[in-house]
Amino acid sequence: MSMWKHHAIFEKNSLVLLVGILIVVAIGGLVEIGPLFYLKSTIETVDGVRPYTPLELAGRNIYVREGCYLCHSQMIRSLRDEVERYGHYSLAAESKYDHPFQWGSKRTGPDLARVGGKYSDDWQRGHLNDPRSVVPGSVMPRYGFLAETPLDFAHIQEDMQILALEGVPYTPDLIAKAKADVKAQLSPDDPSVADLVKRYPKAVAHASLGGEAGPTEQDALVAYLQMLGTTVDFKLFDAKANWR
Amino acid sequence: MVDNTHQDIDAATGTATTGHEWDGIKELNTPLPKWWLYILYATMVWAVGYWFLYPAIPLPGGHTAGLLGWTSRGAVTADLQDLQAQRAAMVGQLNKSTLQQIAADPKLAEFARAYGRSSFGVNCAPCHGSNGQGSVGYPNLTADRWLWGGKLDQISQTITHGARSGDADGHEGNMPAFGKDGILTKDQIGQVAAYVVSLSTPTTADVSAGKKVFAENCAPCHGDNAKGNSDVGAPNLTTKIWLYGGDKATIQETLTNGRGGHMPAWGSKLDPATIKALTVYVHSLGGGQ
Repeated sequence: MSMWKHHAIFEKNSLVLLVGILIVVAIGGLVEIGPLFYLKSTIETVDGVRPYTPLELAGRNIYVREGCYLCHSQMIRSLRDEVERYGHYSLAAESKYDHPFQWGSKRTGPDLARVGGKYSDDWQRGHLNDPRSVVPGSVMPRYGFLAETPLDFAHIQEDMQILALEGVPYTPDLIAKAKADVKAQLSPDDPSVADLVKRYPKAVAHASLGGEAGPTEQDALVAYLQMLGTTVDFKLFDAKANWR
Repeated sequence: MVDNTHQDIDAATGTATTGHEWDGIKELNTPLPKWWLYILYATMVWAVGYWFLYPAIPLPGGHTAGLLGWTSRGAVTADLQDLQAQRAAMVGQLNKSTLQQIAADPKLAEFARAYGRSSFGVNCAPCHGSNGQGSVGYPNLTADRWLWGGKLDQISQTITHGARSGDADGHEGNMPAFGKDGILTKDQIGQVAAYVVSLSTPTTADVSAGKKVFAENCAPCHGDNAKGNSDVGAPNLTTKIWLYGGDKATIQETLTNGRGGHMPAWGSKLDPATIKALTVYVHSLGGGQ
């Protein structure tokens, strides 16, 4: 019972107890989380995954700002019904450049992990302006104001620098060209799009509806939505190479 | 955690105390109910079994795989294989048969419609409506009017390759922006819009000026009789069925800025049997030719 007497030290000194709790919890965390960072089997490299283009990144920022994740998940779980409805289950690598990730845990609306390319740009715009115009029973709010709000991408380079610090491979060259790339991705008929696609494979240019006033927030959000889940070619993906 | 050296029975309840005393009040050491305690022990035993059977413990070289060899990817793959096996007989027939054969065989057609309907709900309904009724800008599939043709093979072509989708075999052809591109003046657009309205809503007003403009500019695609041409996706303008609206203001808007809706190419997203089933389902919605 002498051990029990030592425990009295913790019970009588709150600060010692606090430090003790911290140490015990830290051990749990280290054992459970630590190995995930070096275990080969948990870090899967997947061909095709690329960082967001500056326009998509700006769209993602709007997605986060408007709290889309509160109603839409971006995580197709490896369950039969989800794969049947939404497509191939999500891979961790597909959100490796997301800081923070947008997996979400609430599906008032459908999962968006593979919504890219599923509908036309016009549909996305019409649906954002008035969801009920295309989905009569929808409870989604209207986001028509996005079409009237000019896109503020003055700080897109800083955004990319911060993400580079977090490990997203934005090179100084990519960051330098960011603002030009935003405009290039909104000029589908411009030759600069070819260069953009070299830097960001599979990037798709979208017609801007902003006109003279420049890109709108809706332009950026649509570009982001239309690339979700499109970067990995699942015909080439070998799930068995990393069975888990 | 009882300190047995301080064993002390509380007189009032007959229960042992823990030996802790605060201002003359002693803490009773009431034992946990037996049923609760045994359930706790059982869960501990269960957990140990779980460690051995399922992937559990991270190690430097990987993780313990578990005796059952269970993986989440393996489980969903097996689930999907079961599903495919369940459907294999009918889906195999879909794959083997031509669209015409499917439509002619009552049992196969019924399966195709049911299979197509579930795929339609996921992939097509957001634009074309849950029953194929369409909405402004998205064609009604139940109305016996087809932009790109309503025969089985034509529907299949449209689903597989889309319209203005970027697919090399997709349908191309836009309604030109007659106003924006300066092909027609504002007056001419007003005249021809009045004429087009008169095609479906007879009027006594004089629309001959518009008729002349129509013959020169619109007839190459929509036809001299304005009944449309599904080779270029030009709609029939003589009925009350309108994609964007048949009132004069909307028609003027269409003439001024042009139109050209996008239909994605589904050939790269859906397997051939699903596209066949969708084709038969869409064909059966009421407008199939």
